[in-house]
Amino acid sequence: MMTQIVLLIGFLLSLTGLWGLMTRRDLFRMIISFSLLDTGVHMIMVGIGYVKNGTAPIFDEALAPAGAVEKVVDPIPSALVLTAIVIGLAVTALMLSYAVRVYTARKSLSVEAVKELRW
Amino acid sequence: MIKRLLIILTLTAIAFGFYPLAWGVEDARQLSPLAAGYVENSVEELGTSNVVTAIVVSYRGLDTLGEVTVLFAAAAGVTLLMTSGNPERRKKRAASRGKDGKDGKDGKDGSEGGSDKARRQGSELLAAGAAFLFPIIWLFGIYIFIHGHLTPGGGFQGGVVIASAVLLIIFADCRQELGHTVLQLAEALSGAAYVGVGLLGLWMAAGFLDPRFLAAGEFGELFSAGAIPIIYSLIGIKVGAELTGIVDSLRRCS
Repeated sequence: MMTQIVLLIGFLLSLTGLWGLMTRRDLFRMIISFSLLDTGVHMIMVGIGYVKNGTAPIFDEALAPAGAVEKVVDPIPSALVLTAIVIGLAVTALMLSYAVRVYTARKSLSVEAVKELRW
Repeated sequence: MIKRLLIILTLTAIAFGFYPLAWGVEDARQLSPLAAGYVENSVEELGTSNVVTAIVVSYRGLDTLGEVTVLFAAAAGVTLLMTSGNPERRKKRAASRGKDGKDGKDGKDGSEGGSDKARRQGSELLAAGAAFLFPIIWLFGIYIFIHGHLTPGGGFQGGVVIASAVLLIIFADCRQELGHTVLQLAEALSGAAYVGVGLLGLWMAAGFLDPRFLAAGEFGELFSAGAIPIIYSLIGIKVGAELTGIVDSLRRCS
């Protein structure tokens, strides 16, 4: 059940992000939509890695290495999402600075102002 | 109209594609064979308590190197976009800086022109709090990336914490000068050292980014798990320097 809730929220976030990317014209709103999509995908990935009643794959007094395979969640999605979050942050910063440059050049935040991207 | 219809159709199609994935999935009862292999072998092979770290730094070390490269590319892109790559434009901007001082890229000369919407200075409380918290947050970030193989932490998280301390300082005083030489040196040297450690693994152990060329040490100690703490610290310094650079180039102090 837990997994379904997380996956559902993740899918809803991704869909909201996609909808925003397709309908909005304002660059900042598009960037926010992209961040939503990003977060949704992260949630989906972590949700898929969940194992029922699993704990974090970190060994300490409470979790001995022997027999841990039965007790931990999948560490691979966590490892992927760990880096993806930081990369997402940097990519968002890149998009924002692009938006700033578009605004300085065109005095407008609308994607319509970027005529070179039309096709 | 037709466009809106298309958008709705696309979203419904994607939602229908997602639907079986969301509701058809059962809570997994056991790990996939690959994950089970990582969990079973990481202690014996690498001596890390944190399996996620073992995967990020060692088993999938090459991917992490790629991700650090992506991060570097993004940071370089931000710097390029925010500090006008075109030399003529930069010259013009430098000339106009004296007049209205609005475009000063590091803002230290933004106040002379007296632009209309001058940014409110950080309050006394914020300045004092930032000065007090800065070394603590910095220390916490370093703790996080040094203990990446023992606790839920690591280079990426530690680097972000370190950059957040710099962000706090910039909030308190926007004209705060950062040591650009130190930042660039930290970033370049840690990146080069990361690859260097990887090559050492190729030379002295089984393969590129293999951390086992150092002794594994005692399980659970700070100096254990071979070169993993070194690699993760280098990643932490690099991520911290890059994100600090992003924060630095995104600020506007007019």
